[in-house]
Amino acid sequence: MDRIYLDNNATTIVDPLVKQAMEPYWCERYGNPNSLHTFGTEVHPDLRIAMNRLYRGLNAQEGDDILITSCATESNNTVLKGIYFDLIKKGKKNHIVTTTVEHPCVANSCKFLESQGVKVTYLPVNADARVEADAVRHAITDKTALVSVMWANNETGVIFPIKEIAEVCKAKGVLFHTDAVQAIGKVRVDLQDVPADFLSLSGHKFHGPKGVGALFVRKGLKLPPLLHGGEQMSGKRAGTLNVAGIVGMGLAMELASDNLGYENKEVRRLRDKLEDGLLKIKDVLVISRRELRVPNTVFISVRGVEGEALLWDLNKSGIAASTGSACASESLEANPVIKAIGLGSELSHTGIRLSLSRFTTEEEIDFAIKTFTEAAGRLRSISSTY
Amino acid sequence: MAKNDLIGGALWEAYSKKVAARMDNPKNRGELTEADAKKLGGKLVIADHGAESCGDAVRLYWVVDAKTNVIKAARFKSFGCGTAIASSDMMSDLCVGKTVDEAAKITNIDVEKALRDTPETPAVPPQKMHCSVMAYDVIKKAVAQYKGVDLSALETETIVCECGRVSLGTIVDAIRLNDLKTVEDITHYTKAGGFCKSCIAPGGHEKRQHYLVDILRDTRAAMEKEKLHAGMETQEFSSMTLVRKLKAVEKILNEDLRPMLAADGGDVELVDLKESAGVVEIHVQYRGACMGCPSAGTNTLSAIETVLGQKLGVKIKVVAV
Repeated sequence: MDRIYLDNNATTIVDPLVKQAMEPYWCERYGNPNSLHTFGTEVHPDLRIAMNRLYRGLNAQEGDDILITSCATESNNTVLKGIYFDLIKKGKKNHIVTTTVEHPCVANSCKFLESQGVKVTYLPVNADARVEADAVRHAITDKTALVSVMWANNETGVIFPIKEIAEVCKAKGVLFHTDAVQAIGKVRVDLQDVPADFLSLSGHKFHGPKGVGALFVRKGLKLPPLLHGGEQMSGKRAGTLNVAGIVGMGLAMELASDNLGYENKEVRRLRDKLEDGLLKIKDVLVISRRELRVPNTVFISVRGVEGEALLWDLNKSGIAASTGSACASESLEANPVIKAIGLGSELSHTGIRLSLSRFTTEEEIDFAIKTFTEAAGRLRSISSTY
Repeated sequence: MAKNDLIGGALWEAYSKKVAARMDNPKNRGELTEADAKKLGGKLVIADHGAESCGDAVRLYWVVDAKTNVIKAARFKSFGCGTAIASSDMMSDLCVGKTVDEAAKITNIDVEKALRDTPETPAVPPQKMHCSVMAYDVIKKAVAQYKGVDLSALETETIVCECGRVSLGTIVDAIRLNDLKTVEDITHYTKAGGFCKSCIAPGGHEKRQHYLVDILRDTRAAMEKEKLHAGMETQEFSSMTLVRKLKAVEKILNEDLRPMLAADGGDVELVDLKESAGVVEIHVQYRGACMGCPSAGTNTLSAIETVLGQKLGVKIKVVAV
């Protein structure tokens, strides 16, 4: 068996259709869309199609903005720092509400804003590794400028009650931002149904290319640009348009929407099969209930087996996964998300995340169950604590 | 280093082939039993170190010849990452054939050096040196157990950086001799803090007894104080000009007395300095909470008198005006 990729929450394979669609923009249609000549203007129809696909995928309206960025990290930074410059520095508000389990790009932006005097409330997760809407309700004060809660968690796959949280914020008159990076292509993201003000996404997490993301800004709202420069994106995000990236992400979004049914039926079936298979190993623990998670993710802890060691063995057999173990990080710091879930400190050294995609096959899952079980067995035979 | 650090994710690429091979197939893994000890004609020693919640745990098994104290066999079990398993496996190899006293001298650095593919290339990336420390600690425990002594009896010096085995004395000496001013300097001169970084400041991977930031601050403070004293000792107080005398008194007020008074919200101001019949009369005015404080005329006054007297080496009388 060839290599098996079960780390789709880190990045995904580019859909071959997406790659094909991007092909003309390197050597043939390479014009700058902001130029007046035909090299520039000939790509406009393709960009419009791509933008339409993005708007349709999120069910955004004409008056809303979907700014193209370089990645979700940029989108999230644009929102948090934009709110700081727009609302907080002008002295009207001084408080942001977020969670203890956000991606580093939100968590570290908040930390930076704290160093600038902003007050930040970090909401914990409950026993299901979920943030509760009620907690958000109670955390909001009349000084709150923004609530930022991710749609689904990257480590555990747990989906947060985003509609409820967005409605709480709307009722309280507080701006709401969601990092939807792990939600696109896995759950329905409908911005007419969910009254979020800002939403971030990243192309490479749903079979689009790396280096391109987007930021949805609800009609009537304004953010100062993070990148100042030319007049691209109406001056709201400067920098030459990443034409190939936009075309690729647009198609990837359409394919993600088209495959949502498959994701929730087939990918979910394979994930459940994997999870059931791994639960046959004694003394393992899966974080949160599967009906609360995106269909592609399982986070499992094997007692007595350190995460990096297990990852090593899986990689040896050609299986790519991920661990939040402190030992696997450059800094030796335990993954803050795993720490925040608070299911015992052992977990911060034993967790393995497996994440599937619509390209994952049944044979791969069968092989993964077998390999994982063997690796856990080998490492337990060495383990001094099992 | 910048260029090589920018992409990141190179953790596994930095493992030596020996580390990888021992991780894949640790030949010393497993247990030794009383039956094994009997067969080999030795005494069984089992030592444990670490815990799962810390991320590393290792158990070391020895069979030791009771007459010669030579370790005849060594095995291990480990909860830990690849480098922890590989280090434990190498550590077991290094123990065999040595006496218990010789084994006690094996350090994590010996283990890491033995795991290198070439003498000059480290076997593991800096932050992973930490994992080999377990191997060192568990040997100490086994030695203590075999000898029936307290573990602390084996500790000869205070180690600040476990990964690089750098002692407190080495670090303080390096700061003093080379006039080091930053933690980066300390790492550059001694290697302390260059590995898992836990010993640099609180809040790292592991809680430590000593941190480089504190050692640096305390050593620098001690050095400054000595410098001041050295400067003062070169000239007798009585032979100073009036300006220098006032400055010397101000300095002591600032460094030794005002912080004490400030803790209670008080302060003191130097007003005048008079000398008569070998007694230096120092006139002060109380400020803040000292004003009207019942002990300002008694205890506080005599404390100021004592400190000034000791520091200046002359007879002092303090007058509150």
